Amino acid sequence: MLAFALRRLLQFIPTILGISLILFLLLNVLPGNAALVAAGDQGRAIDARFIEQMKKEWGLDKPLHIRYWVYLHALARGELGLSFLRREKVSGLVADRLWPTLKLAIVAMLIALGFGIPLGFFSALRRGSWLDTFSMVGAVSGVSIPQFWLGLLLMFLLAVKIPLFPTSGYGDGAFRHLILPAVTLGVGYMALLARTTRAAVVEILTTDYIRVARAKGLSEFLVNRKHVLRNALILVSTTAGLQFGSLIGQTVIVEKLFSWPGIGSLLVDSIFQRDIPVIQGCVLCIILVFLLVNLAVDLLYAFIDPRIEYQ
Amino acid sequence: MLVTAMALFAPWLAPYHPIDHADLVHAEEPPSRIFLFGTDNQGRDILSRVIFGARISLSVGLVSQLLNSIIGILLGVTAGFLGKWWDDLVMGLTNIMLSIPSLIFALAIMAVLGPGLLNVFLALGFTNWSYSCRIARSQVLFTRSLDYITAARALGYGRARIMFTQILPNIMGPILVVATLGVAYAILIEASLSFLGLGTQPPTPSWGGMLSTAREQLFTAPWISIFPGLAIFITVLGLNLLGDGLRDILDPHTTRQRK
Repeated sequence: MLAFALRRLLQFIPTILGISLILFLLLNVLPGNAALVAAGDQGRAIDARFIEQMKKEWGLDKPLHIRYWVYLHALARGELGLSFLRREKVSGLVADRLWPTLKLAIVAMLIALGFGIPLGFFSALRRGSWLDTFSMVGAVSGVSIPQFWLGLLLMFLLAVKIPLFPTSGYGDGAFRHLILPAVTLGVGYMALLARTTRAAVVEILTTDYIRVARAKGLSEFLVNRKHVLRNALILVSTTAGLQFGSLIGQTVIVEKLFSWPGIGSLLVDSIFQRDIPVIQGCVLCIILVFLLVNLAVDLLYAFIDPRIEYQ
Repeated sequence: MLVTAMALFAPWLAPYHPIDHADLVHAEEPPSRIFLFGTDNQGRDILSRVIFGARISLSVGLVSQLLNSIIGILLGVTAGFLGKWWDDLVMGLTNIMLSIPSLIFALAIMAVLGPGLLNVFLALGFTNWSYSCRIARSQVLFTRSLDYITAARALGYGRARIMFTQILPNIMGPILVVATLGVAYAILIEASLSFLGLGTQPPTPSWGGMLSTAREQLFTAPWISIFPGLAIFITVLGLNLLGDGLRDILDPHTTRQRK
């Protein structure tokens, strides 16, 4: 088990290398712009010598492959470079924003898991019932609804019309501030989980081992809990892990909408400021979180599915 | 369908000009008989802007998904058919693409290219092909060993000819399903980018952009927020339902269950 985890961690290295290379190439094909931003003034005319000096200071005069090598060196030490604008370490900037984003994503995921899986499960057990129809209509809508619109509607209803929750902001981490953004973020994911769970359960109900379990005279409750739910969870956890990426991606929008001080809003601000090291750092960090979650899901299989052996 | 018609006939349907008809006297008016959906902060008719916005959303969705499908099919079919190192390379690349949330990737591209509609086409057209690619590849792997491909080989057909005249038409079904869902997804992402201010630039009416300005007037003029969002929702919902429907028709497994 430990060996498996280690090996999976080792497999990270080529993936991260590949991603960092793509990102680096993508963000650094326009070297002049970066130097201009580093020089600090875009509107005013800056003399060429000053730009050259800035280029040298930031190492932007060197060829691309050498800059990538320098970047990788720093990356290996956990450094993400310096921000062009703020002249601070990107790793520090990102680290400050990591916890709010994680908190938002985790709460959203808990909401999604807590409601999505039971909804899908009971819908599948009572196919064609009003619960099934209702939750599946809800699920298709939940997948299709633009999150920032849902967020706006929730904000309008529950913060403006009926002031239950604050409209936006972090509020020093107060739980009240967390609810609206987390619900907004969680709904799409919840809908997806409900659909996946329902499809998985419907499929499992037709298998032979469920018929055997019934034939053994197990009570309906035990069959459902021990055989159906457990096997469905294996299928669902794969989707849950893969789709966690889009959840993490969507935090960008939800954070911006609710003025939440997470990585997503840092990323968007940096894009407007063309602060490339920060953009690079944010994207890399988001991807890393996503990869780690998928590793965790892989390891979780062991608990759900005893047939999987780690060698 | 309704949305497509709306996009095609926008100039005739819209009661007012979406950009030029700015009448500050009628700014932020709630829905009425003159302005069915109300007006925005510059006195522009929201109904007209929503109708014209359909053009942006649909064109972004269709064009970028077309790009994605072409890239995905080319890579997927060749990878599945030729195999060997090419397959490894393509699958490696696909897995990397899958591990980057596509919104994040699109944001990174927009960061380089700068805001604007053309750049949205590019950012979305090159970031979401991995699903088409995976589906195409797995379909090819399955089809490759079937008798009619062996027959084509025995007839002396070239590899390119087999790939694109024999295999491709037979695997279009699942690819079409993925493409339909992809159009829906692209529309959502375009709206998100415009909402963040990185997509279509004002004054061009786009649904996401309209919502972005509407946010500031949530307290004073909530109706500005409702209709563009509703338009996105209905369009995406329709496409998702179409995709699900296509899947049910094309997948023999689910058809059997229905019976």
